[in-house]
Amino acid sequence: MAKPVITSPFPLPPADEALRLLRMMQLIRTFEKTVRNLYSGGAIPGLVHLCAGQEAVAVGVCSLLNKEDMIASNHRGHGHCLAKGADVGRMMAEIMGRRTGYGLGRGGTLHIFDSANGNLGTTGIVGGGIPLAAGAALAAKRNRRGQVTAAFFGDGALNQGLMFEVMNMAAIWKLPALFVCENNGFGEFTAIEDVTAGANPVVRGQTFDIPSESIDGMDVLAVRAAAQEAIERARKGGGPSFLVCNTYRYGGHHVGDKQDYKDDEEAEAWRLKDPIERLGRGLVEAKLTTEETIAAFQREVDAEVRAAVDAAKAAPFPAAEDLKTHLYA
Amino acid sequence: MHNARSLTYRAAVLEALVGEMRRDDAVIMLGEDIGAAGGVFKQTDGLFTEFGAGRIIDTPISESGAFGIAVGAAMAGQRPVFEVMFGDFITLIMDQLVNQAAKLNYMSAGQFKVPLVVRTAVGIGGNLGPQHSQSLHAWSSHIPGLKVVMPSTPVDAKNLMVAAIRDDNPVLFFEDRMLYNLRGDVPEGDYLVPIGSADVKREGSDVTIIATSRMVHTALAAADLLVKDGISAEVVDPRSLVPLDIATLVTSVKKTSRAIVVDGGYQQYGVTGEIAATIAEYAFDHLDAPVIRFGSADVPIPFSRTLESLMLPDAGNLAQAAAAMVRGR
Repeated sequence: MAKPVITSPFPLPPADEALRLLRMMQLIRTFEKTVRNLYSGGAIPGLVHLCAGQEAVAVGVCSLLNKEDMIASNHRGHGHCLAKGADVGRMMAEIMGRRTGYGLGRGGTLHIFDSANGNLGTTGIVGGGIPLAAGAALAAKRNRRGQVTAAFFGDGALNQGLMFEVMNMAAIWKLPALFVCENNGFGEFTAIEDVTAGANPVVRGQTFDIPSESIDGMDVLAVRAAAQEAIERARKGGGPSFLVCNTYRYGGHHVGDKQDYKDDEEAEAWRLKDPIERLGRGLVEAKLTTEETIAAFQREVDAEVRAAVDAAKAAPFPAAEDLKTHLYA
Repeated sequence: MHNARSLTYRAAVLEALVGEMRRDDAVIMLGEDIGAAGGVFKQTDGLFTEFGAGRIIDTPISESGAFGIAVGAAMAGQRPVFEVMFGDFITLIMDQLVNQAAKLNYMSAGQFKVPLVVRTAVGIGGNLGPQHSQSLHAWSSHIPGLKVVMPSTPVDAKNLMVAAIRDDNPVLFFEDRMLYNLRGDVPEGDYLVPIGSADVKREGSDVTIIATSRMVHTALAAADLLVKDGISAEVVDPRSLVPLDIATLVTSVKKTSRAIVVDGGYQQYGVTGEIAATIAEYAFDHLDAPVIRFGSADVPIPFSRTLESLMLPDAGNLAQAAAAMVRGR
């Protein structure tokens, strides 16, 4: 892989914390690579949307959230789930349609829920998680336990009316919510500039007097710095924030998308900012870790994901008696 | 012993709301003009004074976003009662209702319950025109995972609202606004009617009229008219459309061997068709005549009184059809 030309301009956190960020990003990247291979090999039916390239956003935000804090994810949500603490095995099982998955294999990649870790789920409706996160924030405000919630969505959701409705209510009700837009430049197969008016999405939050910021979404430390401020504000009753994290989707909209609409040079330029390489380089240069440690991490996450795949492959598919359970609580 | 008092339908629902909000702090209400204004039909009168803006939440005119927030709040442990001012506007919450609320418990394999109530005012009458008069309860009845109730009397309205709020599933509560001033005896205290239980409103032996909501009263008036012809009509009110109390309906039809189905929603692909088909499935061999159904006319509901009054059958229409059926003509 091409080496990044710049490291983060933001200060590194303590070594153990920085290494946790690095390892989580490695885990997500490895998970996504594995899902891509499984899908290509026919082991996963349907459609999968991968987040390789965008790991810094999920990890940057979720690394600052407590277990009680909640997130709502989107269709490109494996990274959010893992960063919020999801079990690798149950996730892989769900994606592979196995009974041992988070939803008995009935939801698949687009519907992964993890209540124990405060994850309101991935979703198949663009923008659909935004009101769910705000609703959980309304509950949090009533509970007065200082919880915050984060909604992750792509630039495609910027053009859903739902986003504006919810931002308006979150602002007037001062909900403890983070609106985290992963602006990867494409809504499905269409470039953002072809379908989105206004050069700067940040303005869309400012319209509601929501503190809004444009962030280097390829730099986990930049995301963390912005998220830290937003989370502190939310916990103190200061209301929502809007973080536009500019990032890049290495793959297509879904696995199998030929990506003819992408520019090769542009894609290569984004890869020079790779969030994993970048943090790793920064840590090595600061002598907080070594290339060997990073390689050892990689071997660990490889083994973790491989074990998850092996377990899922050995697990049963849901049986006929699972068709109608949980229709009602 | 419960003391029964005469209450209007409006007051009966209000009493249920007040009682449940006093009993359980997790019960909150969201809707347009429900706070200090007390609701456009005075259906939330007094709630704001007792429970305040933290629990009686005035939303902007953003049904989709506000309902999505209610769903998220329910996922996070609140028990919202969400008001859709006119039943016609239920179209605006459909994505959150169909793609989220109805499926979350199933998709998450029971990790996320959605205990919420959608209450909305429906019904032809009052010259409100094509966008403020519709009864779209068949839409929600089509979606697995939702419960649908439409009480016809004050006592049923109170009891089913209590049951709906205590239910751990999304429940649609359709109130015919022409019933708001109807008076009836309502016992004090908790007197729960389970969701999914039909009620024989009048016993008879020659023909069963299965009627919903306001149409129950039209059916009862028809039964009075039929007495003069020596015909004994039984009137059965399903009270809940989902789940449907098939046993009670079928028992009645087996007894009388004749069935007329009446509902205030559009006839095409509607409640009357579903109930008629259910009778055919369970009681075909007992029928002496084909099931007759009366829905609203399948046209947009006109404003002008001369046309609006043609939309629904009156007691004379029902009595005439029943008499012809019983006489074998």
